[in-house]
Amino acid sequence: MMIEALIAVALIGALVTFVAPNRVAGKLAFAISLVPAALSLWMFTAFDGSGNALLDGSLAFESHLEWIQLGEYSIEWFVGLDGISLPLVVMTTILCSLAILSSWTPIDSRESQFYGLVLFIEANLIGVFSALDFFVWFIFWEAVLIPMYLLIGVWGGPDRKYAAIKFFVYTNVASLLMFGSFIALVFGLGDAVTSFALPDVADAMVNGGVQSSVFGIDPGTFTALVFIALFLGFAVKVPVVPFHTWLPDAHVQAPTPASVLLAGVLLKMGTYALLRFNFTMFPEQVETYAVPIAAVAVISVIYGAMLALAQTDLKRIVAYSSVSSMGYVILGLIAYTQFGVGGATFQMVSHGLISGLMFMSVGVIYNVTHTRSVEEMSGLADRMPIAVGILVAGAFGYMGLPLMSGFHGEFTIFFGAFQADFAYAPLFTALAMFGIVIVAGYLLFALQRTVFGPYHLETDYDVGRAPLHDIAPMFVLLALIIALGVAPELIFDMITDAVDPILNGGDL
Amino acid sequence: MAVYQLPQWAALAPALILALTGLVLFLVDSISPRSTDRTLLAGTAAVGALASLGVAVWFTAAGVGTPTIDGGEGVIEVFDGQFVVDQLALYFTIVVTIVTALIVVASYDYLAGHTYQAEYYSLVVLASTGMATVAAANSLVTIFIALELTSLPSYALVAILKDNRGSVEAGLKYFLIGALSSAIFVYGISLVYGATGVLQLDSIAEVIADGGADGFGGLLGLGILMLLGGIAFKTASVPFHFWAPEAYEGAPAPISAFLSSASKAAGFVIAFRVFNVAFPLGEIGSVIGFDWTVAFVVLAIVTMTVGNFAAATQENVKRMLAYSSIGHAGYALIGLAGLSADGGELVMGAALMHLLVYGFMNTGAFLFVALAEHWGVGRTFEDYNGLSSQAPVACTAMAVFLFSLAGIPPFGGFFSKYFLFTGALEAATANAAMLAVAAALVVNSALSLYYYSRLVKALWIEDPPATRDRLGQPTGLYAAIVVAAVMTIVILPGFGPVAEAATGAAEALVN
Repeated sequence: MMIEALIAVALIGALVTFVAPNRVAGKLAFAISLVPAALSLWMFTAFDGSGNALLDGSLAFESHLEWIQLGEYSIEWFVGLDGISLPLVVMTTILCSLAILSSWTPIDSRESQFYGLVLFIEANLIGVFSALDFFVWFIFWEAVLIPMYLLIGVWGGPDRKYAAIKFFVYTNVASLLMFGSFIALVFGLGDAVTSFALPDVADAMVNGGVQSSVFGIDPGTFTALVFIALFLGFAVKVPVVPFHTWLPDAHVQAPTPASVLLAGVLLKMGTYALLRFNFTMFPEQVETYAVPIAAVAVISVIYGAMLALAQTDLKRIVAYSSVSSMGYVILGLIAYTQFGVGGATFQMVSHGLISGLMFMSVGVIYNVTHTRSVEEMSGLADRMPIAVGILVAGAFGYMGLPLMSGFHGEFTIFFGAFQADFAYAPLFTALAMFGIVIVAGYLLFALQRTVFGPYHLETDYDVGRAPLHDIAPMFVLLALIIALGVAPELIFDMITDAVDPILNGGDL
Repeated sequence: MAVYQLPQWAALAPALILALTGLVLFLVDSISPRSTDRTLLAGTAAVGALASLGVAVWFTAAGVGTPTIDGGEGVIEVFDGQFVVDQLALYFTIVVTIVTALIVVASYDYLAGHTYQAEYYSLVVLASTGMATVAAANSLVTIFIALELTSLPSYALVAILKDNRGSVEAGLKYFLIGALSSAIFVYGISLVYGATGVLQLDSIAEVIADGGADGFGGLLGLGILMLLGGIAFKTASVPFHFWAPEAYEGAPAPISAFLSSASKAAGFVIAFRVFNVAFPLGEIGSVIGFDWTVAFVVLAIVTMTVGNFAAATQENVKRMLAYSSIGHAGYALIGLAGLSADGGELVMGAALMHLLVYGFMNTGAFLFVALAEHWGVGRTFEDYNGLSSQAPVACTAMAVFLFSLAGIPPFGGFFSKYFLFTGALEAATANAAMLAVAAALVVNSALSLYYYSRLVKALWIEDPPATRDRLGQPTGLYAAIVVAAVMTIVILPGFGPVAEAATGAAEALVN
């Protein structure tokens, strides 16, 4: 019942915060969010499970209850964690607490509603990473959308309405596509599955797949269509070029904490779902479509980095850099080797922490200077050494400096991708590695212009140091980034435990 | 075993309690004719509705009307089968009484300062008596009488704002078209009677099965179409939907909620019972020469499409909701379109579930409009701008209703729409036209998201106008809205029993 406890605390906390007076809402929400954070850390230490939740694994904190029986299909409340989902859940709870802390300064209107929505998102994110029945999972998946739409739309920047609607339309259309194709798949599997439990579907897919023609389409084509439709549905969420255009708009308009959650956790929903659905259930299609998917991944890496290079808005730079980082994750997944998929999962956590840190530090700089334009700032290091120091450290993490988590993630991905079986794998990997150079380029370029050199700022605001509650969450994130960089085996071992069955066709 | 066996007519207790409540309200009115004691009036009506709801839920849980349960009474026939109390009747009684209770509580504030309060409450309760009776009626005559008992109070309720031209005009339109449709319906009854010689639904089926109507296929077919027309009016389905936006817009908002949720459900129960029991698909086709599900397939697709497209172009929130409720009538019609000679209880059950969820979410949405009318903020989308900063709780509830109406998880509307969708797909194996219905359902749901989210955007994202007075927090309206919102969410974890009850009710009919 631990997972239910996590979700329930966040949900009830959301409700309590929603009706609490504005002035205490921030502190209340932070206090409440510490409970799931502490619980999930305890779960992390008590984790006892091996294998993959969908294939041949023993689950931790599992619960399985009958819910609705309709016709021949049953829908069940089915949650549980394995080595892939547990690190993501822990990252979610921690990042949510820190995001709440970092919104104390920038959020100055309708606080109780704001923090209520953040806690509501947290509950649903935990649900997304732990649900193992398609229906339960989809409900959590979609329920993330509405609060995020409101967070961007109500508390966002000047173009918030446009950004919020674009975000909503893009991701909702993608969800519809994904939902329809998955339901079609379950129907296509016929008698092999009688429930929407993901392990059942994965098992049926790996051991047999679609047998007879569905709606007059032959099994092979049908499976391929479902694979592609699912991939497209999740690719928007990741986002992969060319479906990435909602992301910079949403990020730049969103308030800092929403950006932190958006980049830190929401993007991982896409790659997590890709791993759980496409890469676990369709081993043959993964092989067939490896080259185009790898091409898309490499294009996302390079094109995203080039776009970031062209920006002059600090937040936009960080936003576009996510496109390129998530490209690495896709590359790792398509490599389909232990290091590739494991590294991709590691990179999901690592990127969550690092991009969260980057958005927070950009947010702190904006709180103090009221500008994000690279051209208007110079020599900030003079005035706010601590915040800038953390920004620089985060940028180094992004570049993949050793002893920081980004290094381990990217290194294992590249290592795994070199070993991959599909055609021209080394070439794709080499091209993607070139992305690192561009990343280092735009980050150093931006840092050099904003934080170093003589102090100069084209703004009327008095620039001083940031308050402690702005700085503290960044220190926590930095500590985690370094911890994972120094000792990646903290989570990498459980990740590889869960990844191995995928690569071995369902057997350990 | 029972020491004291209740008489058979006690099975109609839910409807009788409502009738009694209506009479008590008249009594109160005759003792103090100018009574504006809203607490007493609304309280009496609410207690009556809740008591009726309680009895209906108790009957359902006790297994009344399910022959399979040990010691169950099976379907209870009252007055020689003129009424039957089965799972379907109880299910719709539950829907109707829930909506009635919500409406009555919400009206407490809405009616502040209005005249004719006792009349208002007693008319509401009488109309819901009619609906509860419709749910149990098993003969074309009792159906017609119960239907009129529903309609006549409704006409008066729409026009009850006597000083408001819109209200009076809406009442007049509603009455004229209602009278016309009653005439069509009763003419259809006479044709069916002419062809079969009986009025009770199961007898009609027997006569048809025995070949007693073989020579009168055309007559019977025409009668069925006319019945269908009358039902289409009651459920505000295309092409008899023109009255709905006018009537809903002009009527007091709680009455709009009442008509678009409960009255519509009453229309559907007629459709479900008449077409399943009296005209079973297996035999009827050879007699009248066509398959009546085709009519429902067309009706469902056209209704949902027209309703949704019209809703997308509205500037007035109440009209938007009115058209969207036409669209939802189209979704519920899928229940009948998906029937086939060898079953279809899943898709029927899905339609029943949708009507229950709809009872909460649509009533809630109209009650929010009632709240906005109470505040006097205006009627268009723009007038609703930024209300969330002044009334966050009500606006949260409204967002819940709208997203649920659009069919987005985690709200009840998602599940009922999903079950309709899979039900339609299942039915497609027997009737390929159902694929088109399923596709229309998906496309229309996607379209509906546009105009529902437009209202959410107005409420939450747009900035409020600089000049707007402080908004009050009327207790009754708030209570009803919050209860409806909580139920729209809570129904999701509780969907197991709901699905069971709905499919149980559907199976009682289909087989």
